[in-house]
Amino acid sequence: MDLNQIYTQLIMEHNKNSHNKRALDNPTLVEHGHNPSCGDDITLNLIEKDGIIIDASFTGSGCAISQASTSIMIDLIKGKKVSEALELAEIFIRMIKKEIEDDSLLEKLDDAVAFENISNMPARVKCAVLPWHTLEEALKK
Amino acid sequence: MIDKIKVNFKEDFPILEKKVNGRRLVYLDNAATTQKPKSVIDAISDYYKNHNGNPHRGAHSLSVEATSLYDDAKEAVKNFINADSIDEIIFTKNSTESLNLLAYSLSEDFKENDEILLCISEHHSNILPWMRIAKEKNLKLKYIYIDENGSIPESEYEKITKKTKLVSIAQMSNVLGTIYPIKKISKIAHENDAIIVVDAAQSIPHLKVDVKDIDADFLVFSAHKMLGPMGIGVLYGKKHLLDNMPPFLLGGDMIEYVYENDATFAEVPFRFEAGTQNVEGAVGLKAAIDYIEKIGLQNIEAHEKMLTEYAVKEMLKIPYIEIYGPMDLEKRGGIISFNVKDIHPHDVSTILDSYGIASRAGHHCCQPLMRYMNLNSSVRVSFYLYNNMEDIDVLIDALKNVRKWLGYGS
Repeated sequence: MDLNQIYTQLIMEHNKNSHNKRALDNPTLVEHGHNPSCGDDITLNLIEKDGIIIDASFTGSGCAISQASTSIMIDLIKGKKVSEALELAEIFIRMIKKEIEDDSLLEKLDDAVAFENISNMPARVKCAVLPWHTLEEALKK
Repeated sequence: MIDKIKVNFKEDFPILEKKVNGRRLVYLDNAATTQKPKSVIDAISDYYKNHNGNPHRGAHSLSVEATSLYDDAKEAVKNFINADSIDEIIFTKNSTESLNLLAYSLSEDFKENDEILLCISEHHSNILPWMRIAKEKNLKLKYIYIDENGSIPESEYEKITKKTKLVSIAQMSNVLGTIYPIKKISKIAHENDAIIVVDAAQSIPHLKVDVKDIDADFLVFSAHKMLGPMGIGVLYGKKHLLDNMPPFLLGGDMIEYVYENDATFAEVPFRFEAGTQNVEGAVGLKAAIDYIEKIGLQNIEAHEKMLTEYAVKEMLKIPYIEIYGPMDLEKRGGIISFNVKDIHPHDVSTILDSYGIASRAGHHCCQPLMRYMNLNSSVRVSFYLYNNMEDIDVLIDALKNVRKWLGYGS
């Protein structure tokens, strides 16, 4: 295991000072997600209008992987259609499960590709996918 | 001391030769499960090679051999905890099953508003079974709260009253390492005619537990935390109490007569051992007890005290580490829970793993305690007889580097 592949500069930055970790006025969707076994705990706030995610933020606490993954996800989904966000969630989760062979699909994930190596660390997989599962729950309501 | 006994732990514990992430394995997750000596692994293998049969059932030689090995294991447990007879020893899957059995089979004795008293530091396995019967029967579940040193303040003992029907408490906290004054708690419980249940899962691998000395009505533990195999645990109970309890699991080998609409059950302990039992586990547990007794619990306790004192002393020198639990090390077993400033425990544990160190991160199955302490989670290291000072040095070196991996200066 190479820690440099896990705790990359990008993940470190998003973990330490996330611009997405803030309260959101009048969110239309609020979803709580947590990993009961390790204590990662996030609340995802979304403002959805006419099928588009206009704004998003999160609050909560957790490990560097879960916090950075949430922050990077929010950067990615802001301004996207709900259907696109759900597609990204599916791609991300399949990437972690090592089910994606087509690299062009991964390009859609942009910075979130940084978590590709987490698939080699089974103990940390649930930290990386937490925000994406939470997003799915929120959007499918 | 262990150093003075001629034991080669590297030879006795094959897994200690394993490399983890290219480093020597430093196994510090003993409160979760311990590694197994060759003698335990060999005993299990020998059982299947030479003696396997279904105990208590057949007239054939192998069944008789399996029965005899199973009973030998009970005899070993009986002597290990100083019980009166092997009829007081019930084999279960683990401490969790033992506690579930107790909660179920004792529940008939409880009436509305009876009180069950636990300590806030209990493992979920010593909370949830009691919580379920409390909800079903409208009992009151109460908690003893600890102080900032991880100890029980004198005033909390006043919660044990004539209303208290049962006190269930771990002898050693799996998070804080606190060793609670069980003998005293047991005495107060009995003065109030309450039953005392002792969860010895964390204590019995490390210090001498004598059920008569602490006057435990019931005592539970798991083999895998004391060098034995997974999947076998013990419920000790005073015979006259067990005799009056209904069975928990129903099935083969625990009956007298079964009719179409009625049944009568076997005597204790068979009443509580339904279905084919874990003979392999029993054989492994006996081998584990033999190994522990060969080293000597007093030596194990002294060795761990030395490791804990050294580790705490060195960790306190690192300014960004916060340690929880009693700092009076006389009150603490070989368990240290801590946090590294700004770094989530899960990340700490992953980074330690890259140095070959096995630690545990999370709430340690103690959410009420963590909430009470205002903690989300912590990192835990826990020691056993095969750990040494060099292991602590590796841990301290790695801890000094943890923050750098997440972009903090030191």
